[in-house]
Amino acid sequence: MLQQSDLAIETSGLVKLFGDNRAVDGVDLAVGRGRVFGLLGPNGAGKTTTVRILATLLKPDAGSAKVLGLDVVDDADALRGRISLTGQFASVDEDLTGAENLKLLARLLGFSRRDAKRRAEDLLGGFGLADAAGRQVKTYSGGMRRRLDIAASLVVTPDLLFLDEPTTGLDPRSRNQVWDIIRMLTANGTTVLLTTQYLQEADTLADRIAVIDRGKVIAEGTSAELKASVGSGVVHVRLASAEDREAAERCLAEAIGAPVHADGDPRALTAQVSEPGRAAAALAALSDAGIVVSDFSLGQPSLDEVFFALTGHAAIEKDAKGEEVETTQEGEGGR
Amino acid sequence: MTMADDGLDTAGLSRVLVTAVRPERPGAVANALTFGWRALLKLKHMPEQLFDVIVTPVMFTVMFTFLFGGALAGSPDQYLQFLLPGILVQTVTFTTIYTGFSLNTDLSKGIYDRFRSMPIWRPSPIVGAMTGDTIRYTISSLIVVVIGLILGFRPETGVAGVIAAIVLLNLYGFGISWLFVVLALIVRSPSVVMTMSWLVLMPVTFLSNIFVDPATMPGWLQAIVAVNPVALLVTAVREIMAGTATLGDVALALIGPAVVTALVAPVAMVLYGRKT
Repeated sequence: MLQQSDLAIETSGLVKLFGDNRAVDGVDLAVGRGRVFGLLGPNGAGKTTTVRILATLLKPDAGSAKVLGLDVVDDADALRGRISLTGQFASVDEDLTGAENLKLLARLLGFSRRDAKRRAEDLLGGFGLADAAGRQVKTYSGGMRRRLDIAASLVVTPDLLFLDEPTTGLDPRSRNQVWDIIRMLTANGTTVLLTTQYLQEADTLADRIAVIDRGKVIAEGTSAELKASVGSGVVHVRLASAEDREAAERCLAEAIGAPVHADGDPRALTAQVSEPGRAAAALAALSDAGIVVSDFSLGQPSLDEVFFALTGHAAIEKDAKGEEVETTQEGEGGR
Repeated sequence: MTMADDGLDTAGLSRVLVTAVRPERPGAVANALTFGWRALLKLKHMPEQLFDVIVTPVMFTVMFTFLFGGALAGSPDQYLQFLLPGILVQTVTFTTIYTGFSLNTDLSKGIYDRFRSMPIWRPSPIVGAMTGDTIRYTISSLIVVVIGLILGFRPETGVAGVIAAIVLLNLYGFGISWLFVVLALIVRSPSVVMTMSWLVLMPVTFLSNIFVDPATMPGWLQAIVAVNPVALLVTAVREIMAGTATLGDVALALIGPAVVTALVAPVAMVLYGRKT
């Protein structure tokens, strides 16, 4: 019992089907209180569906979930009083002004007319939206809309806040602002469950991360643990000549004893190494084979590499120029 | 003011992040009224929503009075006394479609996820929207009455009769709009809600006593008109304005909306709960 009460979220074998699509396919999570927990995965992995189950919007088809010790199905009503959700799609009313949105929510939560007005003003001030208070939300920039959306979740401070892809589509400055807000929230004791398809975001914010792919949690731990689980490091090799790549690939594979990954860059190779000593051996082997190397480094794997190692595919598809392809935010089933 | 380098006022922000206040949870009626207020705010920001509510009744009243008046009752003037209560019912009936139309648009937006994850009375977003829509019924009814008065309509019971009729029309509009709420919850796009609603409402309003006395209709049609809720309401509104209404007339007019509410509202709430 004691152990249970320490957990903000506890799920076991959570399943949600949309027709034949197993959107969530046996998710087990254990999230401690007062932390940022990151749910990391590509589009369509089941992140949003999981959050919607935990926020009482969807009933699971199998398995169980407790949030703040309350069952998401049986105690849904009590649970709603203690959580807030900032959805992937703007969960504010675009036709109303920023101030009206917050007043509406405050009134729904039981604030008097006067208190609702004051709470709305305070929040707008705190989130840097005072100047836009009287403007319809449809005129807001993406960053302003996001901040209002988060402020709308904090009219009454929740014990747990769900943030579904809070920075998708934001410019770097707005993204940093959202990150600041999240850090301050947890400093004040609110637990945050964050979904993201950005590895850097999970790495920067989350105390623990669950990597989710095709409805299943495929790895869970701190960012450091996830990186360590892939191996002690990654060797990045840059060749002087692209013609040497095939020979270098064979040479590396033999010396390291692990598969070598050939990037889009015709002169680059990467490989995971289980122990650092192998990297030195690899460099020597390349040199013995007469392959000229312009750059050779041994580093901690990035979460991108972790994701690749775990799933066998990249987290975010890249186009020919290496830029992130704008993946359409098609709902994860059922929308 | 402490500014983070991204321009966020962190000191100001930290002051508003924590509220010790957790107000008492308001009751169902308070929640619904707040959503009614939301509907009014939307009208304030988008008054063009009222265009249909204003123009359609003007068009119907003027058109039918002069089109049919001479042929059906000898003169437009005479016909207007008969027609106007019917046009009121037709106008409110058509206006109920907008409940489904706007709800369907609204439901597809992310804000309903927020409402559904909040500790509020579950049906309140829908009941509140329906309550807000009574403003539309009232406005369109008043417009019909004003046009009628200009054209020469004179209700026997004066202002009191008009008020009583509008109250009855609102109850009726609220009750039958549950049908369109269900439609809005089932159907994918607002335009489909619109088309399907018209398909139902056109026959229901024309197979009634709005335009003509059913005495000249064939027997089978008279039987339909006799149980048509639209016709029952028209009778009640006519009697109220003529000062000859009985409690029975009013009760008969309210049976339809009451039955619809009792049967369809629970279905609507189940569908709303399942909406993903």
